Amino acid sequence: MSLRRRALALAWFAAGVSTASFAAQPAPDAGRGEQLYVRCVACHAMTTDRVGPRHCGLIGRRAGSVAGFDYSPAMKKSGIVWNEKTLDRFLSKPLGVVPGTKMTYDGVPEARDRGDLIAYLKSASSGAACGLVQGNLPASER
Amino acid sequence: MSFFQMSTPVAARRLFLGRSGGLVLSSAAVALLAGNDALAAKTGNSRDADVQILNTAIGAELEAIAAYQLGAQSKLLSKPVLDLALTFQGHHKEHVALLSSTVEKLGGKPVVAKGNYNFPADQLKSELDVLKFAAQLEQGAVSAYLGAVPLFGNRDLSKAAASILGDEAMHWAVLRQAIGDAPVPLAFMS
Repeated sequence: MSLRRRALALAWFAAGVSTASFAAQPAPDAGRGEQLYVRCVACHAMTTDRVGPRHCGLIGRRAGSVAGFDYSPAMKKSGIVWNEKTLDRFLSKPLGVVPGTKMTYDGVPEARDRGDLIAYLKSASSGAACGLVQGNLPASER
Repeated sequence: MSFFQMSTPVAARRLFLGRSGGLVLSSAAVALLAGNDALAAKTGNSRDADVQILNTAIGAELEAIAAYQLGAQSKLLSKPVLDLALTFQGHHKEHVALLSSTVEKLGGKPVVAKGNYNFPADQLKSELDVLKFAAQLEQGAVSAYLGAVPLFGNRDLSKAAASILGDEAMHWAVLRQAIGDAPVPLAFMS
């Protein structure tokens, strides 16, 4: 096989692998995310502050901004606004993203798990259960 | 007879309670921390990070104690289940005592219980509700410790946290058995 043909074959194979990988990535599943959320419930709840802050109103909220919750200085200063991208990054390695956070948890290593968890958080944190829970809106909307 | 061969959750609880009275808290875990003066010699960022991990764990343990108190005072629990709840609450108190003394050995200040905890008390209307609530918290505790074990700078603390994790996992399994669910539904925890 000539060098050119070999290169073309490799490119075709790589494209095939890439497409297959993309196709194999399932859409985020909030139902599965709800099951994964049990990992969080030692410290978090949707509607109330516990060891960690409430999750109602999480999407769009500035990190460290739930009134009355005792955040670490690191989280207050992080400048993060929670969205799919920032949550994905933070959940992959909380202490790597915000050194000094009180969320002393090694993280959720699987991208699919994070995607499903975030899909659930997006759905539940703005759902009926959250209703008019105080602090679930960004400060600008209160 | 094995716990898993018990015909009913009630029988299983009786067996567990009967035997747990003879058990003692893992002496290895206590020795790891309570008598380990080398902990105090550790300094710097790693020590501060370890103190933070321990304090987060203490915060969750204190909530668990309060949650079991809520269950115990709910008047929803039959005598065997009440005994079970108080036994598990006692374990959490032992965890707090050990973790707090360790924080102090490391030169830190252990967190203390909040004056008030917000639990979904209005949703607890039966013994089964209380058991499910407790089981969920215990499962979360297993995950929380699992997420903390790899983070400690001091491997002795990882070992002690793993010892506590094992205790939380047993709580979860027994509560699931009491609910009527498969006590150990998975080969791995996450």
